[in-house]
Amino acid sequence: MKYMLLFMSPANDGEAGNGCTFEDWVRYDREMKDAGIWVSGHPLQDLTTCTTVQVGPDGERTITDGPFAETREVLGGYDIIDVPNLDVALEWAARSPGAVASGSVQVRPVAEIEVEV
Amino acid sequence: MAGAEATAGVEAVFREEHGRLLASLVHRFGDLDLAEEVASEAIEAALVHWPVDGVPSRPGAWLLTTARRRAVDRLRRDRVLATRLAVLQAEAERADPAPPADADRDLPDDRLALFFTCAHPALPAQDRGALTLRFLAGLTTAEVARAFLVPHATMAQRLVRAKRKIRDARIPFRVPGADELPGRLPTVLQAVYSVFTEGYAASSGPDLQRTDLAEEAIRLARILRRLLPGEREVAGLLGLLLLVHARRAARTGPDGAVVLLDDQDRALWDHAMIDEGRTLVLVALTGPTPGPYGVQAAIAALHDEAADVASTDWPQVVALYDVLLDMVPSPVVALNRAAAVAMRDGPDAGLALLDGLADDPRLRGYHLYPATRADLLRRLGRPDEAAAAYREALALVGTEPERAHLLRRLASVSED
Repeated sequence: MKYMLLFMSPANDGEAGNGCTFEDWVRYDREMKDAGIWVSGHPLQDLTTCTTVQVGPDGERTITDGPFAETREVLGGYDIIDVPNLDVALEWAARSPGAVASGSVQVRPVAEIEVEV
Repeated sequence: MAGAEATAGVEAVFREEHGRLLASLVHRFGDLDLAEEVASEAIEAALVHWPVDGVPSRPGAWLLTTARRRAVDRLRRDRVLATRLAVLQAEAERADPAPPADADRDLPDDRLALFFTCAHPALPAQDRGALTLRFLAGLTTAEVARAFLVPHATMAQRLVRAKRKIRDARIPFRVPGADELPGRLPTVLQAVYSVFTEGYAASSGPDLQRTDLAEEAIRLARILRRLLPGEREVAGLLGLLLLVHARRAARTGPDGAVVLLDDQDRALWDHAMIDEGRTLVLVALTGPTPGPYGVQAAIAALHDEAADVASTDWPQVVALYDVLLDMVPSPVVALNRAAAVAMRDGPDAGLALLDGLADDPRLRGYHLYPATRADLLRRLGRPDEAAAAYREALALVGTEPERAHLLRRLASVSED
């Protein structure tokens, strides 16, 4: 079963992050790959690079910079892993550098929609 | 007559076997809904056959075999489910190479895994007790709704949502490993305890106590104790429940009115239950650092052992509350500690501690805070302030007997 791990950190963390080094993430990445559970994943660029698109009822696009100020927690990156159950997914989430200090990890099962062919 | 006897026998069997049956089915098929459906079909079949053929020598195994056949039939009929069955069976065999139990074997006990599933921390805290009652105590959704005093539809929705999360997020049916157990066991104990507290002091409604619910919690705690004999906190929880439940007959008057500890007829206490509880307290407290249930059980034991309120070992009660407060820094524990200090050092000392808790937002809306304050003010001969505090408590109280008690106290301070 596939789970998405969403690495969240407070918006005002800035460059400091949650005290984890780049090497911590590299190590975590390697552990997941060695365990054969890693499916895909990426870190995301800083929130200042984010742009939001919205399409109104008339089809008109609104493009805005952000979001920023009102966001208390931001998504810093994600991984998709394939493990037998939620407990195993939670275990991997807890081992990630993203779960410590002010960070947190949201664990969401990936919906598997069966399409008849 | 024989029919009625058989029915009564059958009901006793169902009560005993239902949780174990469901746990077995869930373990095998990994699906709570399917397990529920085929378990009730097996019970219906038993109601048809047993009064005619007699109760089988191993009723649990009979029920399991019947239910399992129905489940397999159903899964075969359903193509999507059939694929899942194959996966489930492969998984089950990988996890457990032992051959599955059949009719001439005893029912395997998978209840411990089900306890941990119902109390999984990924589920909303308020639903864990409800799931435990539904799947381990075998109460119907209507009964669970009544137990937690919510409308039937609300409880049905909550159970559906919880079951869906178990299935779709794949919360596993398993007993946590030794390294995880200390982290997970408290939620299991909390689920059973929340069932008990709703039975001990209903949060609202006409009755103070729900004896049936308290007994169900004790039954669940006994099962846990049997399944986890080495866990001292399980002994502590069972001990606590027994030591508190032992006072049930004295806690309400003939008209259902509240009788406080001070005024209870201690001859009405269940002394066999107290003895059993005290033995469990010893188990819970023997060894390194005891847990919060063990400490609470020890406090309950001190109350149960005393001949009356005056001769209760209040210094020891306060000392245990100090230990408890250290482990569970909750304002409710602090409130109880203040009440014990009032007994040891006088109402002035207790009141000073209570006033120190006045700003804690977690006590706002908790009727026992103003009620306890009111009692101390009454004992200090400050009737006007006591009356005001009783009125505050009355605005928050949930059950009728407690309301009546507060009204009587209010009247008594108003007369002075």
